[in-house]
Amino acid sequence: MFSLLRSMAITFLHLFSKRETIQYPEERVPLHPRWRGRIVLTRDPDMGERCVGCYLCAAACPVDCISLQATEDEQGRRYPEFFRINFSRCIFCGYCEEACPTYAIQLLPDFEMAEYNRQNLVYEKEDLLIDSQGKYPGYNYYKVAGVDSGIKPKGGGTNENPPVDIHQILP
Amino acid sequence: MTEPYHYLLMIVLVLFTLTSVAALLIWVERRLLALWQDRCGPNRAGPLGLFIVAADTLKLFFKEDWIPPFADKRIFVVAPAIVAATVLLSFVVVPFAPNLLIADLHIGLLFFLAMSSMGVYSIVLGGWASNNKYSLLGALRGAAQMISYEVFMGLSLMGVVMLSGSFRLTDIVLAQQDYWFIFTQPLGFIIFLIAGVAETHRLPFDIPEAESELVAGFHAEYSGMKFGMFFIGEYLGITLISAMLTTLFLGGWLGPVLPPILWFILKTSAFIVLFILLRASLPRPRYDQLLEYGWKILLPLSLINLLVTGAISLLTS
Amino acid sequence: MAQIHIDKESYDVKNGKNLLETCLSLGYQLPYFCWHPALNSVGACRQCAIKVFKDEKDTRGRIVMACVEPVSDGLHLSVADPEASAFRSQNIEWLMTNHPHDCAVCDEGGSCHLQDMTVMTGHAYRRFQYPKRTHHNQYLGPLVHHEMNRCIQCYRCVRFYKDYAGGKDLDVFAAHDHVYFGRAKEGILESEFSGNLAEVCPTGVFTDKTLHTHYTRKWDLTMAPSVCQHCSLGCNIIAGERYGSLRSITNRYHEAVNGYFLCDRGRYGYEFVNHPSRIQHPNVRGRQVSGKELYTTLQDLLTSKNWIGVGSPRASLEANFALRKLVGDQNFYQGVSKVEADLLQRILHMTHSGQIHQPSLQEIEQADLVLILGEDPTHSAPRMALSIRQAVRNIPLQQTASTHIPAWHDVAQREYIQDTKGPLYIAYPVASKLDELASYTLHDHPDVLAAFGFDLAQAIGDDPLGDQNEPTLLRNIAEALLKAERPLIVTGTSLISHNILEAAWAIAMALKHQNKNASLSFILPSCNSAGLAYMEAEPLEVLMKSAKQNGISGAIVLENDLYRHYDALELDQFFESLEDIIVLDHLEQPTTAQATVTLPAATFAETSGTLVNNEGRVQSFYQVYMPKNEDIRPSWQWLTELYQIKIGLTPDLLYPSTPLLEELAASLPQFAGIGAHAPTFGLNGQKIPREPHRYSGRTAMLAHIAVSEPRPDQDELSPFSFTMEGSRGFPPPPLTPYYWSPGWNSNQALNKYQIEVGGALAGRHAEVNLFAMASTIPYPTKKGGVNQSQSVIQNATTHTFELLPITHIFGSEELSGYGDAISKLAPAPYFAINKQEASRLSLQPGVDIHLRIGKQTYPLTVQIGQELPAGCAAIPYNIPPLTGITWPAQGTLIPTTP
Repeated sequence: MFSLLRSMAITFLHLFSKRETIQYPEERVPLHPRWRGRIVLTRDPDMGERCVGCYLCAAACPVDCISLQATEDEQGRRYPEFFRINFSRCIFCGYCEEACPTYAIQLLPDFEMAEYNRQNLVYEKEDLLIDSQGKYPGYNYYKVAGVDSGIKPKGGGTNENPPVDIHQILP
Repeated sequence: MTEPYHYLLMIVLVLFTLTSVAALLIWVERRLLALWQDRCGPNRAGPLGLFIVAADTLKLFFKEDWIPPFADKRIFVVAPAIVAATVLLSFVVVPFAPNLLIADLHIGLLFFLAMSSMGVYSIVLGGWASNNKYSLLGALRGAAQMISYEVFMGLSLMGVVMLSGSFRLTDIVLAQQDYWFIFTQPLGFIIFLIAGVAETHRLPFDIPEAESELVAGFHAEYSGMKFGMFFIGEYLGITLISAMLTTLFLGGWLGPVLPPILWFILKTSAFIVLFILLRASLPRPRYDQLLEYGWKILLPLSLINLLVTGAISLLTS
Repeated sequence: MAQIHIDKESYDVKNGKNLLETCLSLGYQLPYFCWHPALNSVGACRQCAIKVFKDEKDTRGRIVMACVEPVSDGLHLSVADPEASAFRSQNIEWLMTNHPHDCAVCDEGGSCHLQDMTVMTGHAYRRFQYPKRTHHNQYLGPLVHHEMNRCIQCYRCVRFYKDYAGGKDLDVFAAHDHVYFGRAKEGILESEFSGNLAEVCPTGVFTDKTLHTHYTRKWDLTMAPSVCQHCSLGCNIIAGERYGSLRSITNRYHEAVNGYFLCDRGRYGYEFVNHPSRIQHPNVRGRQVSGKELYTTLQDLLTSKNWIGVGSPRASLEANFALRKLVGDQNFYQGVSKVEADLLQRILHMTHSGQIHQPSLQEIEQADLVLILGEDPTHSAPRMALSIRQAVRNIPLQQTASTHIPAWHDVAQREYIQDTKGPLYIAYPVASKLDELASYTLHDHPDVLAAFGFDLAQAIGDDPLGDQNEPTLLRNIAEALLKAERPLIVTGTSLISHNILEAAWAIAMALKHQNKNASLSFILPSCNSAGLAYMEAEPLEVLMKSAKQNGISGAIVLENDLYRHYDALELDQFFESLEDIIVLDHLEQPTTAQATVTLPAATFAETSGTLVNNEGRVQSFYQVYMPKNEDIRPSWQWLTELYQIKIGLTPDLLYPSTPLLEELAASLPQFAGIGAHAPTFGLNGQKIPREPHRYSGRTAMLAHIAVSEPRPDQDELSPFSFTMEGSRGFPPPPLTPYYWSPGWNSNQALNKYQIEVGGALAGRHAEVNLFAMASTIPYPTKKGGVNQSQSVIQNATTHTFELLPITHIFGSEELSGYGDAISKLAPAPYFAINKQEASRLSLQPGVDIHLRIGKQTYPLTVQIGQELPAGCAAIPYNIPPLTGITWPAQGTLIPTTP
């Protein structure tokens, strides 16, 4: 019985304690420097799309909110025909960035994406591509990959020997 | 005083006031709960967030008024009306201030007890008509709770009746000129307070709803304004019990300096706040604990109270 | 049985196996590259290292390669030994030194054996600092993509391509670190089985080029077990879909049918499903109609006329039966010409006689003598040609049984037999690819081939073994046939010759009389030819006659282009005589052009159905995905709806189809018991998911249309769900939608689905074979000579030639011919005659001529086919524009005005 009264009293006294609520959007929580929000697609140093459409981000996504279709230009360079992320489903876990083997997906501090219409939360490639290399300046996946897609000839990449001449008999 | 237009005026005034109060309670409750939980509560719409009341009402009106295909349609529609109607009817006998009441029945207290226990019909019918197992369970709990608590609710008030010698509520108020009955009937007050909480199905005695076990109990299938009626009915119930507590134990409108109606409002408000504080601080007991508590503790206590009161008044008279 | 001890655990295992297969069968995770259950061991990759101990007490042991070490009784070995696993992990590190950083853009990624094995050994970080060797790629045609940098030199490709499939143009060049797998010169791969390189290659050197154009990872495909629709063998396939289009076909193992490999027509023929000329909406007299209007139109049509139904050899049993039910059994006709129907009827007679065994492809591989009469399996049933190649190779291999060379020791066996081949006899009008393996080939007019067959039967009947006369060629072959344990005769319908069929039958019967267990395999024209023939309906000729007589004014044509079976002019006239023609099909084709009402029919990937293959095996293919729009419906559904409309149900009362197979079995006794071939329910009381557990993009793939996700498609009729939800595990083989096992993402996860590696799939309950169930009616053997057709042989003065239909793997089959890749490989329509005839008519190869067949004229290009008999000309069978011909046919050269 006493405990009931005591808990009532304690509850009542909370009337005078400090409010925990932060009055967003007037007040804002200071974001930590390493805060990561939504994703963007970056470009490589010669401003080509970094995304090669490998589907790893889609596979890593725990809410399955990324879908894309890989396609290829005449020179054999892979890029996404479409790259769609449904931000109304995104949980900002950042797994897609971790999975991305080409540094195409990088994260922005932006998380304030409220919309009156849910449909506006569906971002296509055009909405995601930025004209920047993001935090990996100078990296170009096709320079280190083995395929020739018009970026470098066979054997012309980083840490590659020139192509083998199979007709020569020297060891 | 006896003219029909006066009655009409009173009825309109009381009805309007009560519905406004009930609506305002939406804001009051949310705000108070928030404050006790170190939050702010509704503070966006209008000054102090007061317009939340209008927004909430509008929302209720515009919600889809859905009647499940499996429900017993007529009863389903009638049930929410009963709760609001019975509570409003009880207010007929509540003396807000001298000459500020609708009907000064000489069996006012009995009328109140009769009307307030009618409210359980709405729960039982609503739960039954929903044709949903959770609703039915909620309704059964509501009925059991009502039967248990109705008994000593009446008994706890008999002390007051004995002391004042009348069932007429104005008489009871006037009998408290010297001292409030809360001092002579502390046990009766506490029992009535507990029974009152149970009567209005407020936390911690919201067993018929118990959303953590029964989704929303008897009104699980209700939406729109039908749900709104249950909602309003609950707030009206709080106001009624608070008003009755004021009338029966706290000397009603009596008080120094301030006008009587203000005293009445102040005292009632205090009880309303107490109701909300109960919700904020106490956990819900188990169903069997609730019944056990009622039958094994509160009923004997109220009987003893009655016995002692009777003995003392015999001795003093 | 032998007892071996692996890591102190004892197992009873089969003798005659190598340790790698044994360990894998026992469930040990042992990485490997060069070994393949069908290609056996060479010990090239050094990956499957284990430690073998002298005895129980030996603690040092020695590292050996499990794939070249035989099982022996009392053997102690360790898989988990630290030195052995360090060896494996270092080996893969070396194999990976030159492997490019390509996984993100590599089509193999996600179903890559190299990835799986790398993860299995734990090699995760590149320590090798030096440059990688690189290679140039080659263009290998429209089917296979080449990316040589990724090679790990396991030699599987050449071992499959050269040794197993008999290809000549893919080889290994250069030496040591420079080893190169490719062609001597860039160009289209010649083998009909080149697509298997994509599955055989453990990494991404060879990948599926058609998949490349609409690339999807394996984990993103919605897959269902299916059956190939492009020839009569009924190879098992897995079809995968993404974003509403069919993406790829991969092999689905069936120990008795296709085993590990498919032909290129089967693998790449799927592209017609995504063809732009797919019929999308119902069309009534040139106008797109739907809903209520379509219903009333159809109701008017169906109730006001007498209808006949034309079935199809490429439609499922269900669809054909639904049509038969709609029009009534008297009005149901086979959509093939009389000669084709008669041939099939005769084949059914033969198979029903119970006299002769119909071999599965697996049994064909075990044959010790093969005689091909009037067929070119490489083109008419390509997967069978691969089996025949194995048979020819297996025969000398049996001699090694007496040596100490174990059966799995590929190199040693090959060394031992050198170039010896088993007996293979081929009789076919033109040279074929299998000729290179043949002990004897005969190229001549079909009737001459048939006569050869009858003579051979005669020779067998005369018992050449006891004959003391001078041995002739015929007697030699007869002798060989009699000496063989399991002789196999392959024949079929592709030359459209009764005589050929009878001759093959005569040989088989003659062998039977000599108490020889010969088997006879028939190659049929289409995937469900046998099923349609079983329905016992009349052919097109009878249809046209009776339509004229009985005042029929409407025809319903089911998934069939009649112009591929019958004379174009006569068909035109027939269609003109009708008031209304309803055609159900996938694609716009000549018959749909004649239709007054076209209804879009779902392809094999969009519906389920049942087929009967050339050996009478009943197999079901299952719906992979929902068609693009609601107007595209399975034919059986359209036809059932038409039936319901006809009996007066209003649109709101139409109900989904009844179990048609059960009805079929009930109304046609020859199909009794047909439903037992595959379970109709899922696994553990749940549906079997079509999507792997790693399926991605569910909440985004349709978000551009509406952000609220639609309810997933429901599948009430099949044991599968269209989602990832359902029971995982090992479904029974006919219901396996894909192969996956923890740590095994590539198709080599198949190992886990087999009872023992390389053997039968686990959990197969029943198989239904209509031929085997047939009653054994004794059938009189037909003796005697050849019914000479009205041939113009030897008539070397006219411009008229008897035409021989030459089937081609690419182009001759209708649906696959619509595919992008396959249509590129189809031969241009040619007119082949021998040199003498060419010089008589002074025609040069490459010259364009006009040939009149019936009343039609076709532009063709002259080719020289030296082996062709005089008076005969070969033209490709049913390669557009060479359709609309009633076979057998003659053609007259039209002199071109200069």
